Amino acid sequence: MMSALTIKNLHKSYSNGFTALKGIDLEVDEGDFFALLGPNGAGKSTAIGIITSLINKSGGSVSVFGHDLDKNPEAVKSCIGLVPQEFNFNQYEPVEEILVNQAGYQGVPRGEAFHRAEIYLKKTGLWDKRRVNARMLSGGMKRRMMIARALVHHPKLLILDEPTAGVDIENRHSMWAFLRKINESGTTIILTTHYLEEAESLCQKIAIIDQGKIIENATMSGLLHRLQRETFLFDLKDSISEAPQLEGYAVKWVDECTIEVEVSREQGVNLLFAALSLQGIEVLSMRNKQNRLEQLFVDLVQQNGEAE
Amino acid sequence: MSMSRYAIAYQTILTKEILRFSRIWIQTLIPPAITTTLYFLIFGQLIGSRIGQMDGLDYNQFIVPGLILMSVITNSYSNVVSSFFSCKYQRHIEELLISPVPNWIILAGYVSGGVARGVIVGIIVTLVAKFFADFTIHSYLLTVTVFILTSILFALCGFINAVYAKTFDDISIIPTFILTPLTYLGGIFYSIQLLPSFWQNLSLFNPVLYMINAFRYGVLGISDIDISTALMIIVSFIVALVLFSLYLLNRGIGIKQ
Repeated sequence: MMSALTIKNLHKSYSNGFTALKGIDLEVDEGDFFALLGPNGAGKSTAIGIITSLINKSGGSVSVFGHDLDKNPEAVKSCIGLVPQEFNFNQYEPVEEILVNQAGYQGVPRGEAFHRAEIYLKKTGLWDKRRVNARMLSGGMKRRMMIARALVHHPKLLILDEPTAGVDIENRHSMWAFLRKINESGTTIILTTHYLEEAESLCQKIAIIDQGKIIENATMSGLLHRLQRETFLFDLKDSISEAPQLEGYAVKWVDECTIEVEVSREQGVNLLFAALSLQGIEVLSMRNKQNRLEQLFVDLVQQNGEAE
Repeated sequence: MSMSRYAIAYQTILTKEILRFSRIWIQTLIPPAITTTLYFLIFGQLIGSRIGQMDGLDYNQFIVPGLILMSVITNSYSNVVSSFFSCKYQRHIEELLISPVPNWIILAGYVSGGVARGVIVGIIVTLVAKFFADFTIHSYLLTVTVFILTSILFALCGFINAVYAKTFDDISIIPTFILTPLTYLGGIFYSIQLLPSFWQNLSLFNPVLYMINAFRYGVLGISDIDISTALMIIVSFIVALVLFSLYLLNRGIGIKQ
């Protein structure tokens, strides 16, 4: 399988002395749906900025589908579509024109550019808004327009920097479905997001970046498998006044119909249900207190912070 | 990227630029026509009739080339400076930076946009001038050459200003404090032969003087300075500004972190 993105020993220091990247290595295979996660200021956007030529690197190398960014930047740029974190389009231009111009910058002839703009505006549900000035769109529509714009030249690698920030839940789910289809059609996707359930739901591989270094790089399933403990919330049929005593489990009373139980991987939930039944406690439903990836993410970042 | 794809990218930038100033034609194309009309009414008709002749021509005729070129200078400059700065300010410069468009195409596209506005405004002002003054073009080739070269030169100046600008104030400082004085002191309204020798010599350091005189020669057949010297100076400035603009773009100064 070909490598879609190879980053080696990437460094970035700004003129004010701040070092945003301290030598990161990363490999993304063709066809991956890859999550690049990290707390605010970890270096995600800097890394993306360097890959997309928006930021000059201080050291290291980047290659995209075998094209070296230093030796052949135009070939690299032809392979990449970017959906940035901030709105970066001319607010006073009509939606269709923004897409057609982007295609033109990529060397797509004007007639073909209009055809592609139609396809992607229809796919993102913005065809009716094609003559509207971009500033008149809602926040969610602007995000969808930026996705359409990033796809208009058929990039092999799509980079999404927090694409669903500020998007309502319904639109977010429809965007997830759209992105899955794009990935299934063969486009490699790199996603950064603060919604960890989004990364868990969409991505097969994950890297976590913190303080300018990659602190984790694994498959999603492999990483989640390392989760040692999970905290569940149980909704009970009958009310209780205090937390039940369950041997081997840390139980917390939340309210008269809810308890919180921490379960280790070895214990599993079957034994817990048995213990609850023995005490005559009937469970109506259960759910994770925290997203599983979120729990791991917080642990890993905390551990890295302590190590630093 | 092949040359045909470069051509598409260039055409895209140019089309975008032309559409931009055409959409706001009330702000971009009408004011020069009004300003020129006022200049002709006040300086040409009212004051000009008292001045009489200059370099053997009616004052009304004498100021025509200068007024046309002043509009070209101002509009070529302001088109590029405002467009490229707003591109930076709204961050849609990133659309170009992430695309496989070489820097020389970006520069050519923006400068051509400035030239396009300069040409359109120049034509409008020439038509206005025709109402007030009777003149025939002495040399079409020289007139068009100086017209285009001047437009390119000031579009390049606007581009460099926009690259360095961080605020909207920064894009008005140079036009107000440098461009306007140089243009007015470049001999639009007078022949430098009228000045005392010290001021005549000082005027020779003003590059706008060479453009206005070369253009005046093209239109009316009179000039205070040698035309080949003027053309050489204009071309030298253009070459220097192109190289400097490309240096700024290649280093990412003002546009990349």
